[in-house]
Amino acid sequence: MDNLDLIQQALPYLLEGTVVTIELTFWSLLIGIVIGLPLAFGQVYGNKALKFVIAIYERLARSIPLLVMLLLLNYGLPRLGLRIPVFRAAVIGIGLRSAAYQSQIYRGAIQSVGGSQLKAALSLGMSRFKAFFYIIAPQAIRIAIPPVANESAIVLKDTSLAFTIGVVELLRQGEYYIATSNKPMVIYLTVAFIYFVLTTLVNGGLSLFERKYQIPGIGIEGGHSDAY
Amino acid sequence: MPTKHLLKIEDLHHSFGSNQVLKGVSFSLNKGETKVIVGPSGTGKSTILNNIIRLVPPDQGKIYLEDTEITATKKINEVRQQIGFVFQDFGLFNHLTALGNIMVGLTKVKKMTKQAAAELALNELDRVGLKEFSDSYPSQLSGGQKQRVGIARALAMQPKLILFDEPTSSLDPELTGEVLKVMRNLAEDGMTMLVVTHEMGFARSVADELIFMEGGHIIEQGDPEQLFTEPVHQRTREFLFQLTDLYGEGGA
Ligand SMILES: Nc1ncnc2c1ncn2[C@@H]1O[C@H](COP(=O)(O)OP(=O)(O)O)[C@@H](O)[C@H]1O
Ligand SMILES: [Mg+2]
Repeated sequence: MDNLDLIQQALPYLLEGTVVTIELTFWSLLIGIVIGLPLAFGQVYGNKALKFVIAIYERLARSIPLLVMLLLLNYGLPRLGLRIPVFRAAVIGIGLRSAAYQSQIYRGAIQSVGGSQLKAALSLGMSRFKAFFYIIAPQAIRIAIPPVANESAIVLKDTSLAFTIGVVELLRQGEYYIATSNKPMVIYLTVAFIYFVLTTLVNGGLSLFERKYQIPGIGIEGGHSDAY
Repeated sequence: MPTKHLLKIEDLHHSFGSNQVLKGVSFSLNKGETKVIVGPSGTGKSTILNNIIRLVPPDQGKIYLEDTEITATKKINEVRQQIGFVFQDFGLFNHLTALGNIMVGLTKVKKMTKQAAAELALNELDRVGLKEFSDSYPSQLSGGQKQRVGIARALAMQPKLILFDEPTSSLDPELTGEVLKVMRNLAEDGMTMLVVTHEMGFARSVADELIFMEGGHIIEQGDPEQLFTEPVHQRTREFLFQLTDLYGEGGA
């Protein structure tokens, strides 16, 4: 069979897997934000004890290989009587790790706005809340966009590990097709190409956003390097 | 009686950990007066200013703004609206234009309408000679221009008093003049100002009183000319002449 025909036949299945990959990415990033933001606030505004606990969480989440984490969630937890559906297990594992990285991104962004602007805002009679909302957050968000784009691309690619616990995402669909066609090169290359398109879209989308809200002197001017 | 003075500071003490910085500082400011504080670096000048608006609450001592005891009030944000603060490093909001920097306090703190705030902000920018720069972001302004925006931002809040913490110390020497000129005009217009600066030319020609501080105490205070020509303490003379040597008569 001709390679192009093969790709054409495989594509509907691969795209089905792509949808699952996108869903995994979306939910993992969402968990990352929902947990990562409070962690960042804790790191910036919390007391010593809280900072310490968060630091330990971050260290753990960043030290355990994602694959080990996923295996723990999928094969370890059931031994304790807790069985989580594979899709959710994958999202939890990837999301918890992303939360640690996102927390560091947000913390850095908040801290880089600088104490002198906070002082100035307070000196005008703003409450801490207003100062955060009107002065710090608008800048921190802009500063966070490039690293968040980078983190999103990493999460997107790492969802491929969910295949090891049985989530039928893009790579898994590719594996199925390889089993029937015995053409690993063509299929893997197609899968790789789809990942390439997806990461490019993620980064492109966020850098469009970045440019739209670009302000002279904030963030890295002249665009960031795509470090993925 | 705290009623006569616009600002009154009584027996201010402050420590950072075991570092005792202010060891009992008292002085006051009448409406329309300009007082200049000088003293070696690390002597607690910035701490006094930060104590006044409670960015750093003092350990001990009382501070009054007219009849309000700042050190005791529950409405510190209302007090802060009435006291302008001009920072050594400007403290401009980098995501806002010059106009936006001035407007944000008016709209978000004083609840003015955007239109009224913009009008007032533009007036204040004009007053510091920066009307054409209303749409510039801080990164597009020179240091002197940034500081003038900082002053305009303080002015727009229509404060009773403005505190200046070394407003020209992070400027290139050729840019200090434009900022000092704005400050001189303010003093002439009757603004009440408390200024920490090394600019002795400014102190001599503008200040109603010069306060020399060292080691957490006020060593000597009085008419600037008198402190320069016949100070009571030898240390005052040494310090003032050393400053004049270092910084010249600058911007007078
Ligand atoms: N936030 C702080 N924490 C600890 N020490 C401080 C802090 N701010 C100032 N200090 C110390 O207090 C002393 C006085 O500082 P400051 O008021 O800034 O002096 P000045 O403005 O006269 O140079 C210095 O020894 C300084 O190191
Ligand atoms: Mg200082």
